[in-house]
Amino acid sequence: MKMVKPGVYFWQGNEACAEGAITAGCRFFAGYPITPASEIAEHMAKRLPQIGGIAIQMEDEMASIGAVIGASWAGAKAMTATSGPGFSLMQESIGYAFMTETPCVVVDVQRLGPSTGQATKCGQGDVMQSRWGTHGDHAAIVLAPNSVQEMFDLTIKAFNLAEKYRTPVIILADATIAHMREKITVPSLEEIEIINRKKPEADEKAFFGFEEVPPMPAVGEGFNVPVTGSTHNEYGIRFTADPMVHRKLVERLNSKIENHVEEIAEVETYNFDDCKIGIVSFGCTSRAVPEAVEEAEKRGVKAGYIRLKTIWPFPEKKVEIMAEKAETIIVPEINLKQLFYEVERASKGLAKVVPLNKIGGGELITPEELLNKILEAAN
Amino acid sequence: MRVEIRISGLGGQGVVLAGYILGKAAVYDGKNVVQTQSYGAEARGSAAKSELIISDEKIGFPMVRKCDILVAMSREAVKKNLKDLKKNGILLIDSSYVKSEVKAEAKIFKIQATHIAEKLYGQKIYANMVMLGALTKITNIVNENSMEQAIKNVVPKETIIKNIQAYKKGIEII
Repeated sequence: MKMVKPGVYFWQGNEACAEGAITAGCRFFAGYPITPASEIAEHMAKRLPQIGGIAIQMEDEMASIGAVIGASWAGAKAMTATSGPGFSLMQESIGYAFMTETPCVVVDVQRLGPSTGQATKCGQGDVMQSRWGTHGDHAAIVLAPNSVQEMFDLTIKAFNLAEKYRTPVIILADATIAHMREKITVPSLEEIEIINRKKPEADEKAFFGFEEVPPMPAVGEGFNVPVTGSTHNEYGIRFTADPMVHRKLVERLNSKIENHVEEIAEVETYNFDDCKIGIVSFGCTSRAVPEAVEEAEKRGVKAGYIRLKTIWPFPEKKVEIMAEKAETIIVPEINLKQLFYEVERASKGLAKVVPLNKIGGGELITPEELLNKILEAAN
Repeated sequence: MRVEIRISGLGGQGVVLAGYILGKAAVYDGKNVVQTQSYGAEARGSAAKSELIISDEKIGFPMVRKCDILVAMSREAVKKNLKDLKKNGILLIDSSYVKSEVKAEAKIFKIQATHIAEKLYGQKIYANMVMLGALTKITNIVNENSMEQAIKNVVPKETIIKNIQAYKKGIEII
């Protein structure tokens, strides 16, 4: 068994994530087991040696992300997978990966926190941690799958974005999507777009600037590559006091993502620009939305939705368009209003934004609960 | 068609595995399937359930709210899940454990699954396969051959024969 054959499978979300990574070219995995992400490590440990890759169980999550960053600089596409508590431990190095422009993928399969909370239950409480978990001025790319198919597809996309923009990309999954099994179709390799990092020409020396996304050599290819999390110029030389060098670097690191929101931020929409009641959701919660919207329409309420496949950068223009027509926008999420304020900000006061929150026991917001909220808002 | 199924019991009875196999068989039949599961932090003894939605259409909300078919492998499972069975739904109970009379507006099938597994195959763990056989025969939601293929592809190689035997026994006793 080498690469997975194209065809129809009945996979668990975590399995699909691992196979998506392998399809994208991931050949290095380092991780530390944690519910509900362990099956990703388990599958990578089984599969990577079969195709010439390496999977390591590290001593903890900090070491895991460290090994992933090192592997990326050695030329590999690399990934780690964890859940909330481990994701917290990885934050410092995610900032390091951002500052050193190291392409890598971090999967956070959300469970119910804070702390060890209800460890086997589903949650969506890491929305803000995925955006602001590390310190300093930074941009984040965060993808939110809502099916087993998307655990495969968006993992490939995560690697492509990481390679294209030379930045860490986070997959914000959740226990429901990661543990459920669904029918999934694996396309043939020819149908899948794979992006690889830009390599430098033989005489190039600037791997940290001059271009929006500079070329990246691998250690051992003969280039002189100083890699540092401290402020550095285009050649990687440290400047720990010069304001101009810092401004130039950190502004470029942010703008290389912010300038491409339209390209990065993917959404699924239904009547989003012409509805009375709009819904903005992501991940497991979004699975309740189409049924609720359909039922609302049967009752004469014009409803529509935006489903975020990319949470960060936040697709605020889409939300603003929704707010121009909609009277009310509902934000269902199984956390306490983490996405809500972002939707409210993007709505610019054009629509009333109301939260719908539920936490505990891994219970999802049901289509009935959402429908009630829609009908309540419509009357 | 759209069918919602809940298989419930205790951790260690193989209810999650049974759900996985049933879902795989339905995928072989070309259906859309979502299978979810819930279990406690303990390896054995706490409540466990596996849920499936099998449909020709795209499946949205992945959790089973009201089920058409309920499989209950323990007394607690009956008590906890009966309220979610649709009126005139199908209820399969493992009568090795559920001895008292179950009152429900449902088509009730009592299967001595654990008893049969222990007596004929030497171990209680084959009870889930007996149940799958009975379920297949009663409901026809999946093709019998697809189910057999799914069992062969999922269980450990050295246990295939006994698992298949237990599955076929389940078909036979209906």
